[in-house]
Formats: sequence, structure tokens, C-alpha cells
Amino acid sequence: MKARVTVTLKNGVLDPQGKAIEGALKGLGFAGVGSARQGKIIDLELDETDAEKARTDIAAMCDKLLANTVIENYSIDIVG
Amino acid sequence: MKSAVVVFPGSNRERDMAAALTKVSGTAPMMVWHQDTTLPDVDLVVLPGGFSYGDYLRSGAIAARSPIMAAVREKAAEGVRVLGVCNGFQILTEAGLLPGALMRNAGLKFVCREVKLSVANADTDFTRAYGAGAVLRCPVAHHDGNYFADPETLARLEGDGRVAFRYADGTNPNGSVNDIAGILNDAGTVLGMMPHPENLIEALHGGTDGRGLFESVVTTLAA
Repeated sequence: MKARVTVTLKNGVLDPQGKAIEGALKGLGFAGVGSARQGKIIDLELDETDAEKARTDIAAMCDKLLANTVIENYSIDIVG
Repeated sequence: MKSAVVVFPGSNRERDMAAALTKVSGTAPMMVWHQDTTLPDVDLVVLPGGFSYGDYLRSGAIAARSPIMAAVREKAAEGVRVLGVCNGFQILTEAGLLPGALMRNAGLKFVCREVKLSVANADTDFTRAYGAGAVLRCPVAHHDGNYFADPETLARLEGDGRVAFRYADGTNPNGSVNDIAGILNDAGTVLGMMPHPENLIEALHGGTDGRGLFESVVTTLAA
């Protein structure tokens, strides 16, 4: 089973990299960009075949390692 | 004073730290590899600076989950003093031994320069050799030193005198909230700080401002 974890900074946490991206996009003439936030994607291949079990396992992985829940949120997508 | 320095793959300040500990305490620290699962009987455990695991995932994230950290956690719970400098501070926050997180510098650049530090609390095991309000010089070298904590955590840290050091005289190099450069755990036995006191120990370094931190721990433990 394949899964995709998306880790993003929580609202209210300053994202200097997102700000720099936002500034560069504006500099390139993309006027309609209100804001940019940078995150990360982690793709996992799992032996598990039960989607719900996989989701529980991945949530544990996120809480223990993949995300720092002091500053980050995560979402889990089972992709196949 | 007996001490141990934990070495992770990618640590690079462990020898500076060992030299500082040897010079100030008179005893060389034991060097402990991150794959070990036990720590020797020591009074101080130090997590040195560097780029453990290449800063992969998040600075300090993978080191904070390495085998030795269970032993570090145990020692900290027993009240053994723990000092994390730079990457060591990042590891301590990732391990949950200190609150908050160290984010990318607000200016996005790696900063390698000297800053001024004010001693925000001179009544701690790590700062008592400095006078209250003392201002010292100290080098910094990091990319992720921008201290962040939620407002409740911050209020608790400030209210309980757990901010040990602040960047002074407008030298905050990374955008840290409240100019925070170093914080303590609630027992006052674990200190994490971004600047490198181990690099200002003898006249040849250009100053001895960092000595006070190590002298404070030695004095505390001798008492």
C-alpha cells in the first residue's frame, strides 16, 4: 500500500521560506499571490493492506518522527 | 566533575566541547557514540553542535530518536545536568526535553558571527558564575536557531525564569521570539542554547566569556 504524508507549518507559525517564495513570485510578476507556505511530502510504501490500520500506523509515525507537532500539522492520504 | 559528550554522525563541535570541559573542569569527558544505549556515571551530559544526520527531516529530529537518547532522558529524569549547544539544543527540543522548536532563521541565511548575550537569569546551575544582567560575547553558527514556542509556553518560560540567555544589544541573529538564546527545563537541570560558549574559553580564542557557563556547573556540582 502506498501513502502520502503532507506536513505543513501550523497557522501562526512564521514561515520565512514561504515568505521568500511569495516575494520571488511577486518579483516575477505573479501579482495574484496572497501568500505562500512551504511544507513537505513524504511518500511511504507499506506492507499493510488494511487502509484503516495503515492510517493508524502512519499517524503514530507522524506523531513520533515525521512531524514536529509543536509547529507542524500533518495529513495522510492513502494513494493506492 | 565527570562529564560525557554524545557524538552523533554529523556532530562537529564535540572536540571543542571536550577541550572546554577538560580545561575548565580538569577532567576529560567520556565520548559516547549515539548507538550506545547506556551512559557512564556522570554529573553532566553534553549534546554538542554540528549537523547530526545532515539536518535531514528537521534539525535534530533523527538524532533525538537515536538509541542513546533513552539513556539521556533517564539521566535527565534523575536530575543529572544536561547541556545542549546549537544542534544539541535542537535535539533537546525534538526529544521533548525542552519545550518549543528551533525554526529556520528569519533571515533565511546561515549565520556565523559573534553576538552579545545577556544573562537573563543568573540564579541557575549554568549561569551563577555570571553576575545578574551580565552581558557576554559569544559566537553563533547556525541555520535553524529561530526559537519558537506557543504563547502559553512562552509565558510559562518567562514567568518561571527559565530563559537563561537572551541576545542583547540588537544582536538577535535569527528572529528568536523575545530574543531567546537559551532556555531551561522546569527543574533547571537541562539547558539548551544556540550560541557556542565552548568556543570562547581561553585568551587564544580572543576571550574567555564562555568559561562562566562551565565554571557555574562545576561550582554547582561541587557544592
